[in-house]
Amino acid sequence: MRIHALIAAGAALTLGLTACGSSGTSSSGSAGAASGGDIKIGLSISTLNNPYFVQLRNGAEAEAKKLGVTLTVTDAQNDASQQVNQVQNFTSQNMKAIIINPVDSDAAAPAVKIAERSSIPMIAVDRGVNGAKIAQTVASDNVAGGKLAAEQLAKEIGEKGEVVVLQGVPGTSASRDRGQGFTEGIKAYPNIKVVAQQPADFDRAKGLDVMTNLLQSHPGISGVFAENDEMALGAIKALGAKAGKEVKVAGFDGTPDGLKAIEAGTLAASIAQQPALLGQQAVQNAVKAAKGEQLQATVNVPVKVATKDNLSEFTGA
Amino acid sequence: MPVSTNVLAGRSPARNLLAENGSLAALVVLVVALSLLSGDFLTVTNLLNVGVQAAVTAILAFGSTFVIITGGIDLSVGAVAALSAIVLAWTAADTGLPWPLATLVALAVGVGCGLVNAALIAYGKLPPFIATLAMLGVARGLALVVAQGSPIEMPEAVSHLGDTVGGYLPVPVLVMALMGVVAAVLLNRTYAGRAMYAIGGNEEAARLSGIAVSRQKLVTYALSGAFAAVAGIVLASRLASAQPQAASGYELDAIAAVVIGGASLSGGKGKALGTLVGALILAVLRNGLNLLSVSAFWQQVVIGVVIALAVLLDTLRRRSSR
Repeated sequence: MRIHALIAAGAALTLGLTACGSSGTSSSGSAGAASGGDIKIGLSISTLNNPYFVQLRNGAEAEAKKLGVTLTVTDAQNDASQQVNQVQNFTSQNMKAIIINPVDSDAAAPAVKIAERSSIPMIAVDRGVNGAKIAQTVASDNVAGGKLAAEQLAKEIGEKGEVVVLQGVPGTSASRDRGQGFTEGIKAYPNIKVVAQQPADFDRAKGLDVMTNLLQSHPGISGVFAENDEMALGAIKALGAKAGKEVKVAGFDGTPDGLKAIEAGTLAASIAQQPALLGQQAVQNAVKAAKGEQLQATVNVPVKVATKDNLSEFTGA
Repeated sequence: MPVSTNVLAGRSPARNLLAENGSLAALVVLVVALSLLSGDFLTVTNLLNVGVQAAVTAILAFGSTFVIITGGIDLSVGAVAALSAIVLAWTAADTGLPWPLATLVALAVGVGCGLVNAALIAYGKLPPFIATLAMLGVARGLALVVAQGSPIEMPEAVSHLGDTVGGYLPVPVLVMALMGVVAAVLLNRTYAGRAMYAIGGNEEAARLSGIAVSRQKLVTYALSGAFAAVAGIVLASRLASAQPQAASGYELDAIAAVVIGGASLSGGKGKALGTLVGALILAVLRNGLNLLSVSAFWQQVVIGVVIALAVLLDTLRRRSSR
């Protein structure tokens, strides 16, 4: 009996603690709202336990303040079912528009259908929604990013030589799109040959192992494209002193560690996404939707090449 | 060296070894096949690379060998490895603890996670699968909490674990060999090791013959946690950076290595050498697939098939030798 009571108390305590540590709602936006009137918008973010999404939220909050609308932000803590509940709560709070940053593109469909029933326009940001109609998807253009990476890498290695590609988790849209963009982009350079494309699952340790292995079969390469910065950093570790000198590495995402490597000269370039801009665009369009304006189906937020020359643009923010 | 073992000349010790260990035969077949398929495979540098790439899995798997011999399972080793490395980097970087102390704290975290697992299993009567699944979540979550979701730089002194001795011999391979010897000695030469086999063979009989089963389980899971901590530190040293998401899914590689090495998931059977061979098979395979530029989707198929074939080869050999 006593043990049971103890266990129950422990469980209750844990729940209580975690609930306090990460409670959902944080309100921001209009102090003295003028132009926006009483427009209320809800934003359900997949997780705030990742600097990228924190930047996205900051961009959204800044835009809401500028437009004078009330923005309510919730954190789904990477739990798709919690996200559905949050969207459901938004509909009963009379939100004029809802922005969702899906935990999972497939699992978000029920949430979208709930909003549809209440005729509230819904916008997806950073990731799309599969299997339900959505007013607009605001996302980074990964295909264009892959192309930019190809152009930048070609420039770095003098438009000739052998390159290898480190792929992300097979089958994910980010890996597909970035890889497709790179393949299209690199075609413009007949003297560059892609000698191997191997998966390293967006993981730094795997990037190190796979690059080590590829150096055995292709010792003469002059360039590496990694579909994210983590793998690029692993590849740099494998290349050792060659990184940034005989072999140029291009990454993707512009993560803090990636930018540090650019500063150190080991990473030639990274294709940086602009999470704050994603958040800003999403709120701008949500306000338009709330006012009944028609939206285009997709907004591609541009990605930018970060190199040593323009590094301050990215580290400053 | 491995080729000569294929020659059916007399009753050489090498041949006996192969007959006893189906997994070793599978490794030899794999090495021969890859040497024929790729000219880059059978070089000293590449084989050392394979050793480095096997090291983390092998060290995790040595720890899992103890647990699997007792008839249990430890799903938390990957997460515990990540948590230990994060704690090391965090205590060294944020609280300024000297690195030897930080390393001890990290090892203590691994042992602590193992002890909690064992307490839940031995005293809470939870099935090992569930207790260690819960620990998987807790340890991974705590790693994220401590690291606040971002990688932390490893102290430079510890990062040498990822380097080479004299620019040639990789330290991870040395650590793997050391941990392998420790595991073998523990299993073959100590009371704790014999108790593990006894518990896995028949827990009730072990209890009746006077083995303190619960206490021995504490030892077993604590060892698994300690080995996981070492693996995590080696992994983070190779990258010079501790990552909260590191080693996710490695527990399955560790279990695969142990089972390929001839252990039985129902307990009572298993060897450190077999586990090493299992880890090498996985590393050789991944290395070979990269060298041969096999497509991303097919790699997963090939790895699955080879795991099944390796274990099948072992069971068939056992049956025919009976």
